[in-house]
Amino acid sequence: MLELDLTTNIGGFKISAAFQVESGIAALFGPSGAGKTTLINMLAGLQRPDRGRIAIDDTVLFDSAHGIDLAPEQRRLGYVFQESRLFPHMTVAGNLYYGRRLIPKNIASVDFDTVVDLLALSPLLDRRPKTLSGGERQRVAIGRALLAAPRLLLMDEPLANLDAPRRAEILPFIENLRREFDLSIVYVSHNMDEIVRLADQLVVMTDGAVVAQGPVDEITARLDLRSLTGRWDAGAVLSTTVAEQDDRDALTRLSFQGGELWLPRLDLAIGTPLRLRVRARDVSLALTPPRDISVLNVFAGEVVEVGEDDGPQVDVLIDIGSPLWARITKRSQRELGIAPGRKVHAMIKAMAVDRNGLS
Amino acid sequence: MLSPLEIEALSLSLKVSLWAVAWSLIPGIAIAWLLARREFPGKALLDGLVHLPLVLPPVALGYVLLVLFGRNGPLGAWLHDWFGVNLVFSWRGAALAAAVMAFPLLVRAIRLSMEAVDQRLETAARTLGARPVRVFLTITLPLTSPGILTGVLLAFIRCLGEFGATITFAANVPGETRTLPLALYSALQVPGGEAAGTRLAIISVVLAILALVASQYLAKQVARRIGLA
Repeated sequence: MLELDLTTNIGGFKISAAFQVESGIAALFGPSGAGKTTLINMLAGLQRPDRGRIAIDDTVLFDSAHGIDLAPEQRRLGYVFQESRLFPHMTVAGNLYYGRRLIPKNIASVDFDTVVDLLALSPLLDRRPKTLSGGERQRVAIGRALLAAPRLLLMDEPLANLDAPRRAEILPFIENLRREFDLSIVYVSHNMDEIVRLADQLVVMTDGAVVAQGPVDEITARLDLRSLTGRWDAGAVLSTTVAEQDDRDALTRLSFQGGELWLPRLDLAIGTPLRLRVRARDVSLALTPPRDISVLNVFAGEVVEVGEDDGPQVDVLIDIGSPLWARITKRSQRELGIAPGRKVHAMIKAMAVDRNGLS
Repeated sequence: MLSPLEIEALSLSLKVSLWAVAWSLIPGIAIAWLLARREFPGKALLDGLVHLPLVLPPVALGYVLLVLFGRNGPLGAWLHDWFGVNLVFSWRGAALAAAVMAFPLLVRAIRLSMEAVDQRLETAARTLGARPVRVFLTITLPLTSPGILTGVLLAFIRCLGEFGATITFAANVPGETRTLPLALYSALQVPGGEAAGTRLAIISVVLAILALVASQYLAKQVARRIGLA
């Protein structure tokens, strides 16, 4: 478990943050300039906070009250940077072995072949970093960090420099990490799709302060954080499991707390847990159960909250057994009398679920 | 093809220049590192001191060396008493004079190359468990190698041509300090020595061009080896 409580002042910019990561992937989310990178640099020992404490399980990495400040090489935190930072004068294999050779004797090393297989690096081993694509570079960087047997993996926007297809290529590898290794990850990002797909826990930062932390679906459903979690990306996260495959229509049925959802066929085994994100703009509302329409997914529910907004639209939080967001025009809101307590039927277009939002 | 005297001057030049560069390499890397990566009081002074031989008249520099390292000079007396080493009238003195003259070129090339090394790579190495000394030896130094090579060859060529400081400090002793430029000068002092002088001048030019071509070829090879080109 990572415990962190830091205060620092860098040229007038104050950072004051405290949070805990139990296990799994914790996303550190916030707009640019929120202090996310500074915070994980302090975690890695690359920048020194004024005051505070950092501990992982029983190991104290930093404690200003007791004068403890381990050097970066003593902290054993794997760090995957935004710009891979592979050593250009070494082959991929040389890069992978760099940290592995430096693991203290009393620490169990990570099996080289396991990491190479997991990240599909074997065809790259003899190549030089400059001959690799951006996606390949990031995979090597992840492997290099893993092979140093880190206590915790820090990833600072590892996909930010990649285009959408490359991102999609790497995401499954990161997902596999936590399945294969019992490793906690602090994942810095300002991309909500990535976070929803990867993270268990979300820490929201702005202006150097942590404003919220908790499970991803709880935080994304909070109205007061909408300005931070994003207007155009606004959406609810549903935790589902694969329940049925319909081969004739090439559809997959997912079940979740609010009922079930039909999606275009997903190549996943029945019982696979799956988290998906339904964007508010892909959800529409009706007062009576709609009939004779092409939309497959209709859920009965109750309006919980209506967001305040200056624009022509409002976001409505509906409880269908799980929280769901709908974005409707203010005119519809007025004409339908949408207010907290109102019974509604929410419609989700099956095709509207973004495959990138799937895990 | 070459006369015994020419061979003597040529091999002495090579010997003096090789030793001069060999002695200055480690201090050169250390000072380049200080100037490239450290902030400390007196940095500007050190920078100026290193570059001084570029602007001083070589004869004046040779005289300063003579005052310091002569048999009665503070450093010269100490070297003589403790190690029995005399620099004046010795090829070691010629090498010292050449080393001092070439030092700015060596430091400058290494420093520029070291400044170009991405410090973020050094940070990455530390997060992988490497202590600063290991980071320097495995990341900084290999990535500086093109600059080290350039510096070494520039310094070597500069040493081959050194005249003023050498003749002032180490004198013009045949077989001991009479390198190619000194031999050329001596030949021209003798009536009818133009033919010998011309031959020595041609040898000097050929040697310098060879070293230059070699340096460019090697620099390319090294850059390719470390994945920069």
